[in-house]
Amino acid sequence: MSTTNTPVQVGLFVTCLVDMFRPTIGFATVKLLEQAGCTVEVPEQQTCCGQPAFNSGDRETTRDIAKQTIQAFDGYQYVVGPSGSCIGMLHYYADLFDDNDPWKARAEDLKARAFEITSFLVDVMKFDEVLATLEQQFDQKVTYHDSCSGLRQLGVKVQPRKLLDKVAGTELAEMTEAETCCGFGGTFCVKYPDISNRMVSNKTDFADETGAQTLLGGDLGCLMNIAGKLKREGKPLETRHVVEVLAGMTDTPAIAEAVYDLGKQA
Amino acid sequence: MSRAEILSNIRRGLGRGEASEAQRKAVFNRLNAKANNLIPKRSQLPHAEQVELFKSMAQEASAEIIELSSTADVPKTVTDWLQNNGIKELISSSDAELNELDWSPLGDIQRTQRVAMVGDMASITTSFAGIAETGTLMLHSRGESPTTLNFLPDVHLVVLKRSTIVGPYEDAWKKIRGTFGKSMPRTVNMITGPSRSADIEQTLQMGAHGPRTLVILLIND
Amino acid sequence: MQIRSPEFKENARTALKEEGLQRALGKLRAGFPEKRAIAVERMPEFHDLRDEARDLKNHILENLDIYLEQFESKVQESGGHVHWARTGDDANKIILDICKQVNAKTVTKGKSMVSEETNLNEYLEANGIQPVETDLGEYILQLREDHPSHIIAPAIHLNLSDVSEIFHEKHGKPKSDDPAVLMQEAREELRNKFVAADVGITGANFLVAETGSTIIVTNEGNGDLTQTLPKTHIVITSIEKVVPTLEDMTLFLRLLARSATGQEFTVYNTLSTGPRREGDADGPENFHVVLVDNGRSEMVGSEFHEMLRCIRCSACMNHCPVYGSVGGHAYGWVYPGPMGSVLTPKMIGIEKAGNLPNASTFCGKCEEVCPVRIPLPKLMRHWRNNEFEKHLSPKAVRWGLAGWGFFAKRPTLYRQLSTASNWFMRTLGGKKGRVKSLPMASGWTDFRDLPTPTDKTFMQQWNDKKEGKQ
Repeated sequence: MSTTNTPVQVGLFVTCLVDMFRPTIGFATVKLLEQAGCTVEVPEQQTCCGQPAFNSGDRETTRDIAKQTIQAFDGYQYVVGPSGSCIGMLHYYADLFDDNDPWKARAEDLKARAFEITSFLVDVMKFDEVLATLEQQFDQKVTYHDSCSGLRQLGVKVQPRKLLDKVAGTELAEMTEAETCCGFGGTFCVKYPDISNRMVSNKTDFADETGAQTLLGGDLGCLMNIAGKLKREGKPLETRHVVEVLAGMTDTPAIAEAVYDLGKQA
Repeated sequence: MSRAEILSNIRRGLGRGEASEAQRKAVFNRLNAKANNLIPKRSQLPHAEQVELFKSMAQEASAEIIELSSTADVPKTVTDWLQNNGIKELISSSDAELNELDWSPLGDIQRTQRVAMVGDMASITTSFAGIAETGTLMLHSRGESPTTLNFLPDVHLVVLKRSTIVGPYEDAWKKIRGTFGKSMPRTVNMITGPSRSADIEQTLQMGAHGPRTLVILLIND
Repeated sequence: MQIRSPEFKENARTALKEEGLQRALGKLRAGFPEKRAIAVERMPEFHDLRDEARDLKNHILENLDIYLEQFESKVQESGGHVHWARTGDDANKIILDICKQVNAKTVTKGKSMVSEETNLNEYLEANGIQPVETDLGEYILQLREDHPSHIIAPAIHLNLSDVSEIFHEKHGKPKSDDPAVLMQEAREELRNKFVAADVGITGANFLVAETGSTIIVTNEGNGDLTQTLPKTHIVITSIEKVVPTLEDMTLFLRLLARSATGQEFTVYNTLSTGPRREGDADGPENFHVVLVDNGRSEMVGSEFHEMLRCIRCSACMNHCPVYGSVGGHAYGWVYPGPMGSVLTPKMIGIEKAGNLPNASTFCGKCEEVCPVRIPLPKLMRHWRNNEFEKHLSPKAVRWGLAGWGFFAKRPTLYRQLSTASNWFMRTLGGKKGRVKSLPMASGWTDFRDLPTPTDKTFMQQWNDKKEGKQ
């Protein structure tokens, strides 16, 4: 937690998937940031982080989007987003510019300020101690999928677990190959659907083996992939972004769940 | 001419022509220094502990170890081992260290000094060093010890003197240089356990092409 | 080997349906990574060794010409010969010439991926010389007229019954389902071939500039018999394998076995320096080293420079979820997995191998386990850039990307698009929260449901709230 009285200023990087498919994750992120003592703004000029272009080899479009994002988040003390992969993309911006390009320094500056939400809460705000006092409750056995960019590029591994540990009633059952890719990979899952399917099938099998009721993770792309597969296979696990549990915002149906589920809520 | 093309491609890639004298000198200084890279702590131990490490690592690699108090015990021990396994012939290196022993305990078992051939069941050789780090034997080719002895027979018996056990590989290289100067023997073998393969359905089997059994006769000299 | 990389997608689809292959891959995924993890755990300095190995490789590459010349002169000093081959064809011709000089009828071969690159076996056979593969896996493949699907476990795609059948057919012995019996059969079959061969061909894991030595690393001992029994030993290897000293070689050896099979050390690490010495009772009378380039010298200083650090351990493919799903043959050429996805386009052309660097989720596992810290995802991305710049990416991808890019660069329009898409998806999914089929996203919905939004976009709601507050 910040020790000074001036609140920490955070620009929220919503990410396109959260914006379009699951706003709850955005609001949960805002709630957690505010609980941690930050003021949150959502810059209007943000769109996508540019990964589709970056991973398809379109450097020029990637650079244009990078500049736009850098400008959108100028002046914020921190830039925080509920996705390791999108924040990871922000970290790649510096590689897009030549050393003598003034944008390079600006990109490096953004990189130093840009954090994935759980990493920001734990590593910067030491929020796990605060969370313990908030008496958050989630009475479920959960398992956690470590998304690739967060894990390997940003070092997000213990942070979500540290936070979940402070939620009462939550039992974490680790699955086999928690660190193995779920097969989403952005455009990969539609360019190579058969391979992606094998990968996500492995993931849902391993998740199911744990006996957990809910699978949690930190990247909506992966979570939509896994939730979609779980539903198709008829497996009983629900899927949520970890911030929904941390912020106590689990009233909304889980990802890919119906609004009216007669068994659970009227 | 491939050689010239390859070298000039490399130089073009490195953004230079032929290396400068200074660069060449730096490279040769490095070559001559023969400096160690990082050596894992594992084997940096007092000698007695290096011997223990050697034994446990070699056994882990499925080598059999028989400890003897002197080389004089080798013939009797080898005889017992061969008899227990029904082997009637021993192909031997002709190192003085072995030749000077009293081989009369062998009785009917033939000890022959030659290169190994297809069908040979057992061989015996000496060794140049033992490397504690991974339980590895170092052997080298020479007139007295043909390399085929290390690979063709089903069983390879190796005499290893406790005093020749070193910690890391680096110490063995220093010993090689100390013995041979700048000219390496044709073959230097590092052997860690018996031959094996997992090429059939990822199931590990011992004795693929080399010896099925590696017996280390460790002499506590 | 015939290039089948352009058909990667079809190859992959077929591979995913092959039960035997899937069983084998399941075993591989559980086997190698777990053993490596244990070996790494037991060596506290492992990651420091990786740093040193990366730095040392970089130093070698900066001075590659000097080290190669030094290696050459040391081989010559010890009585051996060095040949330089610009292409695979050049290498094959050099080897055939040597074989002809000694009137060779049969040659035995240790496992060499470089010889797979050059199609050496086919070339020798076409010229009347019988090559006999002696690595157990390669031997099985040769009997089946098959090719390696993995760089250190070439027959990993086969099951016991495949081996049992081909041995029964070719050896004429009763069928057995015992791996020990099958291995014994191969051992006996090959014993006489080792002795009868006129030439032995091996690869090399490293070339030591200090001494002019080549080193092979094997568990079976086949490479040792291959290079010791015939009168002539030919080493076919590539230019990036040179290292300065024995100590430097040692640094890589500490990493190689642990990264590859998870062994503490491979059973046989054998150094060869020149032909047999005066007085030696065995060993080859002639020693030749063929240094193959085949595109490598052009990688020096290029965006793929770092790939030249590769020591061919196979850790990247052992840990790759894509390799683990489709196996090595799907990649359609010699080198599969992440390292192959970088190397293959260089060697056979990006036009043919375009799918390889694209068929990755960039999960980064390969880079995480690489003993010389090659940034494999970054290098695969270089190929994608290359493809995009050359306009080789599929039209649908380019147009889709152009359309998306147009909006992504215009925040206001982008907002309108995401609002509309959100409304569309929301209407489609209704209260079910998902759709089972969406023709324009069939790649997704063929295999999984598509979660749909149940509310307005975050931006809409955020702005609504803000206005409400004001």
